[in-house]
Amino acid sequence: MTTRLMGTGVQRVEDQRFLRGRGRYADDIAVDPATLHAAVLRSPHAHARIVDIDVADVLDVEGVHAVWTYDDLTGPMADPLPLLIPHPALTHGRTQYALAKDEVNYVGEAVAFVVAEDRYVAEDAVGRIRVTYDVLPPVVGVEAARAADRLVHEDVPGNVGARMEQSTGDVEAALAAAPRRLTLDLDVERSASMPLEGRGTVARWDPDSDRLQVWTSTQTSTGVRAVVAVKLGLDLRQVDVITPDVGGGFGVKINHPWPEELLVPLAARTLRRTVKFIEDRREHFVSSAHERGQIHHIEVGFDDEGRLLALDVRFWHDHGAYTPYGLIVPIITSTQLLGPYKPDVYRVVFESLYTNTVMVTPYRGAGRPQGCFAMERTMDAIAAELGRDRTEVRAVNFIQPDEFPFDQGLIFQDGRELEYDSGDYPALLEKIKTLVGWDDFPAFRAEMAAQGRRVGIGLACYVEGTGVGPYEGAHVHIETSGKVKVATGLTTQGQGHATVFAQLVADELGCRFDDVEVVTGDTRRMPYAVGTFASRAAVMSGSAIHLAARKTKEKVLRIAAEALEASPDDLQVVDGVVSVKGSPGAAIDLGTVAVLSNPLRYAFDEASKAATQFTVGDPGKPPVPEDEEPGLEGTDFYSPERSTFASGMHAVIVETDPLTAEITILKYAVVHDCGRLINPMIVEGQIHGGVAQGVAGALYERMVYDESGQLLNASFMDFLMPYVTEVPDGIDIDHLETPSPLNPLGIKGAGEAGVIPSAAVFASAIEDAEGLSSPGLTITAMPISPSELFHLRLAHAEETS
Amino acid sequence: MKPAPFDYVRPGSLEDALAALSGDPGAKVLAGGQSLVPLLSMRLAAPSRLVDINGLPGLDEVTVSPGGVRVGALARHADVLTHEEAARVQPLLRLALSHVAHATIRNRGTTVGSIVHADSAAELPMVLTLLGGSVEVVGPSGTRTIPASELYVGPLESSLAHDEIATSASFPALAPGGRVAFAEIARRHGDYALVGAAALVEGGTVKVGYVSVSDVPVVVDLSGVPVKDLGEAALARLEPAGDIHATAAYRAQLVRVLTERVVREATGDE
Amino acid sequence: MSEPLLEVQLSVNGVVHDLRVPARRLLSDALRHDLGLTGTHVGCEHGVCGACTVLADGRPVRACLMFAVSAVGLNLTTVEGLAGADGTLSNVQQAFAECHGLQCGFCTPGFLTTITAGLRDNPQPTHEQARDMIAGNLCRCTGYQNIVKAVERAAELGA
Repeated sequence: MTTRLMGTGVQRVEDQRFLRGRGRYADDIAVDPATLHAAVLRSPHAHARIVDIDVADVLDVEGVHAVWTYDDLTGPMADPLPLLIPHPALTHGRTQYALAKDEVNYVGEAVAFVVAEDRYVAEDAVGRIRVTYDVLPPVVGVEAARAADRLVHEDVPGNVGARMEQSTGDVEAALAAAPRRLTLDLDVERSASMPLEGRGTVARWDPDSDRLQVWTSTQTSTGVRAVVAVKLGLDLRQVDVITPDVGGGFGVKINHPWPEELLVPLAARTLRRTVKFIEDRREHFVSSAHERGQIHHIEVGFDDEGRLLALDVRFWHDHGAYTPYGLIVPIITSTQLLGPYKPDVYRVVFESLYTNTVMVTPYRGAGRPQGCFAMERTMDAIAAELGRDRTEVRAVNFIQPDEFPFDQGLIFQDGRELEYDSGDYPALLEKIKTLVGWDDFPAFRAEMAAQGRRVGIGLACYVEGTGVGPYEGAHVHIETSGKVKVATGLTTQGQGHATVFAQLVADELGCRFDDVEVVTGDTRRMPYAVGTFASRAAVMSGSAIHLAARKTKEKVLRIAAEALEASPDDLQVVDGVVSVKGSPGAAIDLGTVAVLSNPLRYAFDEASKAATQFTVGDPGKPPVPEDEEPGLEGTDFYSPERSTFASGMHAVIVETDPLTAEITILKYAVVHDCGRLINPMIVEGQIHGGVAQGVAGALYERMVYDESGQLLNASFMDFLMPYVTEVPDGIDIDHLETPSPLNPLGIKGAGEAGVIPSAAVFASAIEDAEGLSSPGLTITAMPISPSELFHLRLAHAEETS
Repeated sequence: MKPAPFDYVRPGSLEDALAALSGDPGAKVLAGGQSLVPLLSMRLAAPSRLVDINGLPGLDEVTVSPGGVRVGALARHADVLTHEEAARVQPLLRLALSHVAHATIRNRGTTVGSIVHADSAAELPMVLTLLGGSVEVVGPSGTRTIPASELYVGPLESSLAHDEIATSASFPALAPGGRVAFAEIARRHGDYALVGAAALVEGGTVKVGYVSVSDVPVVVDLSGVPVKDLGEAALARLEPAGDIHATAAYRAQLVRVLTERVVREATGDE
Repeated sequence: MSEPLLEVQLSVNGVVHDLRVPARRLLSDALRHDLGLTGTHVGCEHGVCGACTVLADGRPVRACLMFAVSAVGLNLTTVEGLAGADGTLSNVQQAFAECHGLQCGFCTPGFLTTITAGLRDNPQPTHEQARDMIAGNLCRCTGYQNIVKAVERAAELGA
């Protein structure tokens, strides 16, 4: 038998292209002097009415082909952009226009669109457009939004886009009855996905076939295709969307359509030229979405063991100026906050608020880091209050392994019940304690203290709903060469899909791994798909590919059985050869089976002669049997009832400098349960990257707005994305594999796990190192910088003196 | 993020370079470009002409004499950093240069360019000031030497005239028995420092230069100040400001810590 | 008025190219758009991310911080020039494949060029030196863990 590839750290097949500089990212498409380039005039004001736009100075700039403002848009293009995920609680949803109509609501909002010979000339032209604004006072930050002295949208009272409540019982009664209570107020600041490649779209109109071809750096090619068709008044079949290589997504590229994703295709059709828009870094900061900004108020009732009797959470979510992605982020916070715990009664209420800042859509983790921060800070506070070990307080609240499936009694982000499918949280806790050396830490602390050094340890737990629906599909096609071409519709941003999906196909079909070629995100190959987000690719497309490979194999066996005059049950497929078990002489390779699957009148080469009408077939039967189709291929879809729930725990040991308040990571440990692993090397890579983004969000990155709504750090100089020097030197990882019962492979998602508990685990460890324990002087806001830690110390010293 | 158009000149001689510069009041000199090009790409600067001096002969040398180190206008930070003799004659150069951005930037960026860019958050302007060095400039009326004490006149503003080109910077040698130390704290490795400090101990004097605490490079004489009072003595002369990365109070704390750290190191009192 | 074009001769990966570009054409754009060498990527255009790093006379430089006209006379090497003439991956490239040193691949060319020069200057780096070698390049996917391993692996392979 061939070695099973599932569970093996197979080297990535995509690397060969990338390592040679042969990746094809959006800006690598149509590198041709004939391609036109777009640039966008963006609002310099956070809140203003547009009085006048004067483009007269632009029209005579040599090399400029088009200058558009809102007034140039017609039909569906003149309507607001779609609100992608409507929700009954989103009573006041608002979206922007492709080009601002009458007013602007954040610095960076698209106002005018220029197409020119190259990007240099396009930027020259943008600089010559004169806009007269009537500047309005902006609303910046959650507090200002709640105060509602000023409104972002005049017709949205209180700046409240949505208010949503879920509860599992009478929380007020449970709080009143609880022997112990605590209150916490917790803040998390804004950050952003910040892929190294920004957004980019290229479009080409083919007048001969009346078709539009669009390449866009997206997490959902089918989504972009549908909206481009609607907005440009085209049939779906006239639009092909191809996702080229994508230089990182992390969530921001799931939102769609960005204004340019419509304006570029429109320009291509209007100008009959290939048109390209490549977002620059400064634009990415102010026109692509952010995430994370939330403040939370928690009341918790518990007993002397630390058991959660009542958990009452209110939080306020800053969704920026518009709500194109609905309420997904705050719904995830409100539900995933519970993590591995089972409070007797839980109530959560959130308000999603408008501010005059860049819109908020999911960034890796998508609301979970905030929820985990809220829950885990609460656990630490309970432990401090009771004087108990932080791990004990968590352990008494765990859902136990024999309680699955466990219904949390809430509705999740996919509209389905929040029902955990499987897990083993006590086992994870034991693993993380061992991995980080939890029980040995007091001795280490004492040893370090003797040298005048401060160290602290922290721990945080999470549960992550992964693999949300509604579905994904796959198409498997065996060529007459024996090559296996696989297509799935969701997109790839570096997760190694071409490798892991090939592993699944090779295992199920029995072909050689090297013969499998996987294509993602190309609507010409698989027009039915949802997208890549919520750690769903392996679960959804992996399962669909597994099922499609199975279907294809069944056909292989039917055809081969006839050719070999054997029963399908007696056949095996190994390394691309179908043979009769126990009879090695009777064999036929997959390429030949493919030839036989497609009865021919014409021969094209030696191989196809074997399928022509004077060669094969029973004259008494139709060449293509009833219920069969020509060709050796199989399509299948996977659509689970609900999400599958991965889980994990992180622990960190930090050192804080007594004088400079610098924070150094001494050890970082992760235990992780994403069900069965397809490729451990790739899963660990996902964890590494997540941890680095988690460190970034906990210690370095934030979006700093001033009162007027200007983003003060819109560059890589001042937005402190970590270099290697800022991330842990080594991350200790251990896996637990609790299979999911919801899919044929027993897998769960792994893409976001690394980032979820970071803010929580660092707050816990820094607080531990600092001995900050007095009420009000714990760490309640993330990220935390040395400057902020220094001020916490000053306040603490004042408090305690 | 693309630069606005400009007229480009790549002169082959200093005379031609000066002529190109004086011929256009909007002209600017391009050497390493590591500070200038981002400003152009962000269109925060739009000179009408760039005078690229990279083709000028003889400006890329690092010359070491017993009296000090002379760095030509086209010597890259990396050239100075790895220059063994320069490090022996004036060890502060290497200590400070290793903190200038990242290695790749140092491969192209020039030491003299950094000095005349006059950024008080950069290491080299402070080092020149602390050491009492000078810059040699050539203009239409000939050559002159500007001592560091007269070079920095305001935020990102030097006393070079528009039509002058800095051809070299001279850093005095460390006096026999003298010692130096350098330390800085940045948010990320390679970033501009939140605060940086360098100590120069020669004869009986103790001087400390600071990065990122003022609009222009600043040096404080701390001779004779007891170790425990160093920080406050320095702060009496400085007014660190707050920004998005550090409050003024935190910067003051870093001034205290780094002043003591570099003075202790340079005086051997560790 | 039309922007004047300058004659520029660029030597890239051992091949000399004659092109006509405006003075303001960034070297990164000239490589990508005028020469079609799209392996060099542009991540920030202000010199911080390192994705556009190429070798100039063997030394890593940021292609986004140079103008094409200023690159005259330099021998440039881009990621396309790292593999052997027969297509064999260089040891640094091979090590990246073995160690899973890349995910989306966008920053990778800048790391490969930087490490190629770094290991030439210091073929047996310590762990700290291996980390320091990549300290000026941003990666958003890998958390750098496997890139450091790749540096050490490439040194083992004899980069």
